[in-house]
This record gives sequence, structure tokens and C-alpha cells, in this order.
Amino acid sequence: MNRILKKRVLTSEIKLFEVETPLIAKRALPGQFVVLRLNEEGERIPMTIVEARPEEGVILIIFQEVGKSTKQMGTMKEGDVIADVIGPLGVPSEIEKFGRVVCIGGGVGVAPVYPITKALKEMGNYVISIIGARSKDLVLLEERMRAISDELYITTDDGSYGQKGFVSDELQRLIDQGKKIDRAIAIGPVIMMKVVSEVTRPYGIKTIVSLNPIMVDGTGMCGACRVEVGGETKFTCVDGPDFDGHLVNFDLLMNRLRIYEREEKIALEEYGQGKGRNL
Amino acid sequence: MAKLILKKTPMREQPPEERIHNFNEVPYGYSEEEAVAEANRCLQCKDPPCIAGCPVEIDIPGFINQIALKNFQGAIDKLKETNFLPAICGRVCPQEDQCEKYCVLGKKAESVAIGRLERFAADWEADKGKVKIPPQANPTGKKVAVVGAGPAGLTAAGELIKRGHQVTVFEALHKEGGVLVYGIPEFRLPKAIVAREVDFLRQMGVEFVASFVVGKTQTVDELLEEFDTLFLGTGAGLPWFMQIPGENLNGIYSANEYLTRVNLMKAYLFPQYDTPIVRGKRVATSGGGNVAMDSARTALRLGAEKSMIIYRRSRRELPARIEEIEHAEEEGVKFEFLTLPVAYHADKRGWVKEMECIRMRLGEPDSSGRRRPLPIEGSNFKIPVDVVVVAIGQSPNPLVPSTTPGLETGKHGNITTDVATGRTSKKAVFAGGDIATGAATVILAMGAGKIAAKAINEYLKTGKW
Ligand SMILES: Cc1cc2nc3c(=O)[nH]c(=O)nc-3n(C[C@H](O)[C@H](O)[C@H](O)COP(=O)(O)OP(=O)(O)OC[C@H]3O[C@@H](n4cnc5c(N)ncnc54)[C@H](O)[C@@H]3O)c2cc1C
Ligand SMILES: Cc1cc2nc3c(=O)[nH]c(=O)nc-3n(C[C@H](O)[C@H](O)[C@H](O)COP(=O)(O)OP(=O)(O)OC[C@H]3O[C@@H](n4cnc5c(N)ncnc54)[C@H](O)[C@@H]3O)c2cc1C
Ligand code: SF4
Ligand code: SF4
Ligand code: FES
Repeated sequence: MNRILKKRVLTSEIKLFEVETPLIAKRALPGQFVVLRLNEEGERIPMTIVEARPEEGVILIIFQEVGKSTKQMGTMKEGDVIADVIGPLGVPSEIEKFGRVVCIGGGVGVAPVYPITKALKEMGNYVISIIGARSKDLVLLEERMRAISDELYITTDDGSYGQKGFVSDELQRLIDQGKKIDRAIAIGPVIMMKVVSEVTRPYGIKTIVSLNPIMVDGTGMCGACRVEVGGETKFTCVDGPDFDGHLVNFDLLMNRLRIYEREEKIALEEYGQGKGRNL
Repeated sequence: MAKLILKKTPMREQPPEERIHNFNEVPYGYSEEEAVAEANRCLQCKDPPCIAGCPVEIDIPGFINQIALKNFQGAIDKLKETNFLPAICGRVCPQEDQCEKYCVLGKKAESVAIGRLERFAADWEADKGKVKIPPQANPTGKKVAVVGAGPAGLTAAGELIKRGHQVTVFEALHKEGGVLVYGIPEFRLPKAIVAREVDFLRQMGVEFVASFVVGKTQTVDELLEEFDTLFLGTGAGLPWFMQIPGENLNGIYSANEYLTRVNLMKAYLFPQYDTPIVRGKRVATSGGGNVAMDSARTALRLGAEKSMIIYRRSRRELPARIEEIEHAEEEGVKFEFLTLPVAYHADKRGWVKEMECIRMRLGEPDSSGRRRPLPIEGSNFKIPVDVVVVAIGQSPNPLVPSTTPGLETGKHGNITTDVATGRTSKKAVFAGGDIATGAATVILAMGAGKIAAKAINEYLKTGKW
């Protein structure tokens, strides 16, 4: 259980694990996530289930090394065991035949948007995908996304690949071209989800975002993950992670993601100096 | 019979100025001499009223007499006849409302320190190293799933394995113990004690599956395909907030989050442990129960210069255990009584900077018999703070009920049960503890686990629902 069966390095800072978790693989639906803890001293970190393969009893996770825990996770090898993997958590994404959907992934957000895109495609939707990254080397899952999209657009911040600019610029362009869009799904950095929601708002295009607040238990017990949606407090781990982007208070979320800025820096420094374990 | 000694034999403790800098347990426990001296205060009443005050009806004079006779093994054997977790109950039971409240000595002097004696006997056995495994019935071949490894679930598991059933406990968190590991702090209940009790059950043959969220990893109906019956002891883990302006600002925690970070995740040892916590200088905790005392005392140990309890009634209505209130006072926790938070104000960076409160006065008694607090209009004032802990209560987590068709719940989300058996509205499913009663006490949860175990045993024998 919880053994890393396969590891792939996707970009300089993004890695993929296939983890053996038969029970979770059996039930996981698009939009759900796991909470994992690397070892006895570890914190509990949430990760989206990018793919579940029940026959093999594995789930796929794709993660970006942003701080101490994810960097340490990046040093784990095939055959290593993750202390705890809990899931599948959260409410599955709404998968229906909406008509024409736009699926937008920014940075590592392409990973969580992939399973939703795939399910929407299988449901018979016409799928337009927009994926973006800072530069060419960081574009994620291009082939996989292409295979399940009717149209695929790529943007890079520096213009080294696809259109120069942000995914939201591309979305605006498509809307300006007069493309009919029945629903949008956007996952990525909070600022990206906020901008995309602002782009679609004037046109009344329902836009679903997947929120990534700080979590602890992931089962509705602590309230660390609380966000404001439509003026009401919600617990992302049990009420989400998907919410209507037009109702989300993104500024509050961005603020709450900074709670441990100081501690995150300390953790990373200690780890970098080899005071951390498993280095 | 020796002359009546009016006062309880005192229990030695870490001095307040020392203990607020560490997470070690506050009371040291009785030595053998102290325990025997205290046991000798007991009058060995023929018709002992204390027993009726104990939800699991421990033979109180019986075990105390064994201590007086220095037969400590005899004392622990007596305790374990009815109570699986004496080391825990001796520490956390609200004795002043239970057994000790009814002790005859209490009328003229201080009642016998029943809790301290219970703790002594349990610790004596643990220190000895070898714990006696009680006799078990022959295997019945029946399989029981217990959901939740809190006191209710652990007790049910123990009672059922004794009766020869195969027992598997599923726990959502990565460690067993429920509130005993994530909520109650180390300085009040060392986690090694909880681990010891869980280990004891393991030795008896109980299987534990951690990191398994029933309702998510598998549903109750799926478990029923594999198990003959199920006991739900999932507790009251859903934290309440007050729904007042500014409650989601940085620096404002639910008590569950604050205590879970510190106790379960060991944030007080950050960065040796990865989980961080904000170490406030001025911490305000709203609430007045054990959870609030635990939070306020934890804040001191994390380095707070001022730790305050904001409570809307007066000192006499505080629902916490007396010992916790006294300990909090000794350690320098400041109490703001008859005070209710109404809003939080932020600094420029989105962190809580002030708690705005309103003063209260006490009106007529409400349904709970306590005088109802009423706001005094226009009495608003602000308290500067940098961390706030909201400890105003919690209700049952809806995860299991919402994924289990046929399981009825009451208006507070608690699972509806028959009190005498723990039966729910769903065949083969029993429940007990905080999930059925709402947030209550360790010993009541254990009592519920025990009652249900008996009914489960009957059900497994007869198949009659
Ligand atoms: C539902 C959900 C799904 C997610 N899926 C993915 C995914 O598929 N791939 C991926 O790379 N990342 C994902 N994340 C984000 C990921 O959990 C964080 O990047 C990770 O916890 C950072 O840990 P760290 O110690 O490496 O970084 P830190 O230095 O601790 O923090 C870096 C950033 O991560 C945030 N963060 C820190 N701790 C947590 C925590 N316990 N929970 C959530 N965020 C935290 C911080 O606010 C900060 O912005 C997801 C988050 C959520 C809530
Ligand atoms: C901070 C604090 C201090 C307290 N102090 C005292 C005290 O001094 N004295 C006293 O008598 N009482 C005290 N209490 C109350 C007491 O702890 C509880 O009444 C008691 O723990 C209830 O026991 P339980 O077994 O019903 O539930 P819990 O102890 O809550 O255990 C429930 C368990 O079920 C697990 N669970 C929940 N959902 C699922 C699921 N879907 N699948 C699998 N597992 C699940 C939870 O993770 C948890 O481990 C305190 C409570 C708190 C929070
Ligand atoms: S279990 Fe609790 S109530 Fe019962 S005798 Fe022990 S301390 Fe008293
Ligand atoms: S009531 Fe008090 S004195 Fe009497 S048996 Fe119980 S503990 Fe002893
Ligand atoms: S992570 Fe604890 S309630 Fe959502």
C-alpha cells in the first residue's frame, strides 16, 4: 500500500507519481483529491487525483515542488512508501453534457483539469482546452490534453511556445471570435482563476474553479480550508474543491494562502541546509 | 477507622511558571504512600452513592479498598472489570460532576479523590510494564466493523473482542484516539498513554485500519457486505464558527485546527515536524469549556505574552472541569467574563488585529438552567489580538450520515439511536458517543460504546433486530 510504483520527471519542477492505493483507485472520481503525509514528521498535504486506474489499483498524482514538503516528496524514489494516503476526498466535479465547454489549466493546474476534461469529453461535450505555462519547457500534459480535446490552445508567458500571453487572454480571444461557450472550468494559480472568472462574468458563462486553500485533515474537521463563496463560509475539503468562480472571494483565498509564509521559508531553509531529514 | 481527614491528599504538580514553557504533563500523580493515604479516607460505605455518579458504574469502594490494602494489582483488576481506559478517565473525567459529586465525604469535607486514585492504579500497572490481557471467549466467527477510534469506538472494540468477535477499527486520521490524540493536549493527557491503550487492544487482536474515511474510502453499505454489523463512533468533529464579520481573517483558528496542529501534528516542535502554527503574542480564545481552557493554555506554551478567555457568561457557569479552570488561572490565563465577540478587524496585511466585543449581563435561566446572557447595547469595545481561537462548540460530522441511506439523524445532525442499545434506524448499524449525543464527555462516549457492544453481541447471537 502507498508504494510509489512509477516516478516521472515532467519538467524541472514538476513530477509524476503512480501510487499503489487500490481502495482509493476504485472509488476516485474526477475532481477528487487525496491528503498525504510523507513520514512521521510530515505535514498533511492535499494533491489532486489526476487519474485513477482501478484495475491496477493505482492513482496518478502530479506535483510541483514549491516548498519543503513537495521538494522532499520530489526526492522519493520508485519503491518508496508514502506514510499515509487518504481519500478520495472532496465532492466530484459536475460532469454532464453541457454542450461546448472550455477547460483551462495554468501551470501545474493542467494536471487537475485533465481528469475533468477527459470526463467531460467522454460525456459527449465539445471540448476546447487552453493550457498555459511560463515557458515552453514547463508546458504540461500537452499530448494527453490534445487527445481529449476538440480544440487545443497553448499559451506561454514568454512566448517561447504557442501564443504569447496568459490563458485568460486566449479565452478572451476565443470569446471575441464569437465562439459559443456553455461552461468554463479553470484550474491554476488563484490569480489566474480570478482573472478567468472576470473574463467570463460579463458573458454569463458559468465558470467552475477548483480551490486550493491550506488544509489539514481534509474531512471537514478543522476549518483550515474555509473560503467564502457567495458571502457564505464553506469548507473546501467537503463542500468543494469545485466552486462557482463568479461567487468566490479570491482575495480572501490569496490572503489565507499567505498565513505561513514565514514558517514556509524557515522550513525550506532548514531543509536546504541539510537539517531536514531524508536529504 | 482513622480520624476523618478533611482535605484530599494533594497531588504534586509542575509549578505554573515552569510548566507554561513545556508540554509535559502538569500533575505528577500520587506516589504509593499518597495513594494509600487517600484510599484510607474512603469510608467504604455500605450503600455507596459514588457509584451511581459514574456512568460506567465502577465498583469505587472496591478498587479503593484494594489500594488501601496495597494490593494495587487487585485495584486495577477491579477497575478493568468495568472501565477499559482508567488511565484516561482518571485524568479527564469531570469528577466534580460525576463520582466525586456524590461521595458522602463531600457533604462535610472534600470528597475522596476517586479520579486521582483511578489514575494511580492504572499508572502503577503501566509502570510495571506487563499488562494483563483479560480472558477472551472462543472465536464466534462474526465480524464487526468499528468506525472511529475515539473513546466510544475503542471501548466497543475492546468489549467485542473480549466476546470472541473479530473486530476491525477504521479511523479517518492517521492515528487512533479521536479527541484524545488530536484535541486534548499532551500536558493534560500524554499521548503515550493513549498509544498504550490502543496497543493493548491490538494485543487482544483488534485490527486497526488508519487513514480510512468511511463514507469516502468505502461507504457503510460497502462495509456491510464484508462485516456482520457496524458501530459508528465518529464523534462531534465539525467546528462551529460564530458567523460574525472578519471571522476568516488570517490568525483566526477553530479550536479543532489549533489543537490538531499542536497535538496530532506536533506543530510545537516545528521545524523538526513540518506542520506550522502561528505563535501569537496576544491570543484570545472564545468559549468556556474544556476545549477553550486547552486552547488558552496551549497558547501560553507556544509563547503568548497574554492569553485570554472570552466567555459570555460568568465564572460560575464555565462548563470546563474545575481543575482545568484552576490550572488556567494559575498559569496566568486572563478571563473576560460576560463578554461576547461581535466582529474582527484586520490590519493592512489581512491579519486579525482587534477583536470587537460587547458586554453581557445575565437574565432569566434558559432551558439548560443557566442564566441567559443578554447583550448590553452600546457597550462595544476592542481587544488587541494577533491570534484568535474559536472554541464555542462542535457538532457531528455529516460525512457518514450523508453517504448512508436509511440512517436517520436528529436536528443537530446527530445520528438517532435507541439509548438502551445504540441501535440506529438502519439494520445492523449501531452508534454511540458524541455522534449520537453531540459533544459530551469521554466517559459517556465509553459508556455508549459499552452499551452498544452488549446489544451488538445479542444481535450477533440471535440475528434479531
Ligand atoms: C484540493 C487541493 C488539490 C491540490 N492538488 C495539487 C496538485 O495536484 N499538484 C500540486 O502540485 N499541488 C496541488 N495542491 C497544492 C499543494 O497541496 C501545495 O502546493 C503543497 O501543500 C505545498 O507544500 P510545501 O510544503 O511544498 O510548500 P509550502 O512552502 O508549505 O507552501 C507553498 C504554497 O503551498 C500552500 N500550502 C502549504 N501547505 C499547504 C497545505 N497543507 N494544503 C494546501 N496548500 C498548502 C501555501 O499556501 C503556499 O502557497 C493542491 C491543493 C489542494 C487544496
Ligand atoms: C479539546 C477537547 C478537550 C476535551 N476535554 C475533555 C475532558 O477533559 N473530559 C471529558 O470527559 N471530555 C472532554 N472532551 C470531550 C471528549 O473528548 C469527547 O466527548 C469524546 O472524545 C467523544 O468520544 P467519541 O468516541 O464519541 O468521539 P471522538 O473522540 O471524536 O472520536 C471519533 C473518531 O472518529 C473518527 N472519524 C470521524 N469520522 C470518521 C469517518 N467518516 N471514518 C472513519 N473515522 C472517522 C475521528 O477521526 C475520531 O478519531 C474534550 C473534547 C475536546 C475537543
Ligand atoms: S470513570 Fe470517571 S466517573 Fe467513573 S469513577 Fe472514574 S473518574 Fe469517576
Ligand atoms: S461515597 Fe465516598 S466515602 Fe463512600 S464509598 Fe464512595 S468514595 Fe468512599
Ligand atoms: S481541511 Fe480541515 S476542514 Fe477542510
